[in-house]
Amino acid sequence: MATDYILETRELTKQFRGFTAVDKVSINVRRSSIHALIGPNGAGKTTFFNLLTKFLPPTSGSIVYNGHDITREKPAQTARRGVIRSFQISAVFPHLTVMENVRVALQRKLGTSFHFWKPESTLNHLNERAMELLTEVDLESFADTQTVELPYGRKRALEIATTLAVDPELMLLDEPTQGMGHEDVGRVVDLIRKVAKNRTVLMVEHNMSVIANLSDQITVLARGTVLAEGPYDVVSKNPLVLEAYVGSAEAEVT
Amino acid sequence: MSNRSKVLYIVLLLGALAAPFIGYPIFLMKVLCFALFACAFNLLIGFTGLLSFGHAMFFGGAAYLCAYAAKTWGFTPELAVLFGTVGAAILGYFVGWLAVRRQGIYFAMVSLALSQMIYFICVQAPFTGAEDGLQNVPRGKLFGLFSLADDTTMYYFVLAVFIFGFWLIYRTIHSPFGQVLKSIRENEPRALSLGYDVDKYKLVAFVISAGLAGMAGALKSLSLGLATLTDVSWQMSGEVVLMTLLGGMGTILGPVLGATSIIAMQNYLSSFGSWVTIIMGATFVVCVLAFRRGIVGEIAHRLKK
Repeated sequence: MATDYILETRELTKQFRGFTAVDKVSINVRRSSIHALIGPNGAGKTTFFNLLTKFLPPTSGSIVYNGHDITREKPAQTARRGVIRSFQISAVFPHLTVMENVRVALQRKLGTSFHFWKPESTLNHLNERAMELLTEVDLESFADTQTVELPYGRKRALEIATTLAVDPELMLLDEPTQGMGHEDVGRVVDLIRKVAKNRTVLMVEHNMSVIANLSDQITVLARGTVLAEGPYDVVSKNPLVLEAYVGSAEAEVT
Repeated sequence: MSNRSKVLYIVLLLGALAAPFIGYPIFLMKVLCFALFACAFNLLIGFTGLLSFGHAMFFGGAAYLCAYAAKTWGFTPELAVLFGTVGAAILGYFVGWLAVRRQGIYFAMVSLALSQMIYFICVQAPFTGAEDGLQNVPRGKLFGLFSLADDTTMYYFVLAVFIFGFWLIYRTIHSPFGQVLKSIRENEPRALSLGYDVDKYKLVAFVISAGLAGMAGALKSLSLGLATLTDVSWQMSGEVVLMTLLGGMGTILGPVLGATSIIAMQNYLSSFGSWVTIIMGATFVVCVLAFRRGIVGEIAHRLKK
């Protein structure tokens, strides 16, 4: 069934001055699933993310989201369709409070974001919803803290709360557990599982236990092309995948 | 607004109302004009994260427009100022439309280059009076009724316009729009990924800033009675950067204090001749080394601790 897929790419390609970072990648992301994108460093995962979110224009190929061809759209346009990404380094607004971080995402749908003549207090009715979102990621006690003062793991949680605030249909997470300690990893995994209940998640991740734990479907990228695809049990036994990971993450795969 | 800042604003307002009885009105008007200019500039650098290096084109361009309208067409002062402001805002729209497509140093360079083009036009065009500029600009009668020839009366007109401009900037910073601007300043790709067309927001901020910089320039040409090439030169663009950094960019009162300090130095140290430039340069270096946040920024930071 064609409509089963929320996102499809067809032979998506990106070249940088002759170097092909993403080479004819065709993937299908099933609605309401957690789809992981893995591969060794330099496999083109982040470039692929940048193509999906329009931060980079593709050289060729197409992207179809919910039946619409979004290949030539602008980043903000695609975001407004409900495709929201996170970044490898935590993407927060450091000199706004934790509450303001979430509220800035909530206010877009009010349609008053160009109203420079209105006082900020017209946003106060969003505070309640912002607080709910902060509670979901255990940040309610930090609401009035300047974001720059949060520890790293908390910033990533805030980033997820901000992403949830725009109620995305498809969340693209770029290495959500990168640079985190053990407890934080556990917390983020729980969080992802919780938020994925009624939406689709596509994530790039290196931590194999996180992937084994969360993902329904895995696509392995190597040198810009799809190396293997399938559920964790199948992919982790694929000799090609093992070979691609030798010397890097072999221990984690087994 | 907290009670403490309310008290501060009331004190400042009373001070500004009493100022012409203590100080020299021409000097005070000059301070207010440059303070408004710096506040308008700060809306971009301090709250949107855009470093424009060509703001003199709005300040000086509007100074010429206003002076010409008042002198040649006999516009009343409020209309002449409005004319300059709207002219600067329209110029700001075209310049901004080109410049916001680039980031960082490229944005600064595009604004500088366009500003230099405006400077060249002002040198060549017949109506600007070239090297002489436009002199003896009449202040006229406010609404055609009240003569502004008296310096103290003129000061209150300038103060009223300044308060309007300052309020508009304050409002903009503390509005839903201002929240988006701050998020762009803090993390542009993230704001983009949340669905904000950041270029459009930057453009609106740029137009507001250009318009208000123009309002400051127009006021200046009326209160001092002249518009000259100095107003559109790149040194003027540099001066406003200096004022804003010295006072504290990203703070609301910083640019006011920065502008006051610089104008005061230029005025009271003028007996030192060209040494003023060196004294100002040294002050700036000390400021950058000792308190990076600027005067107001540093005070606010200490108070928070």
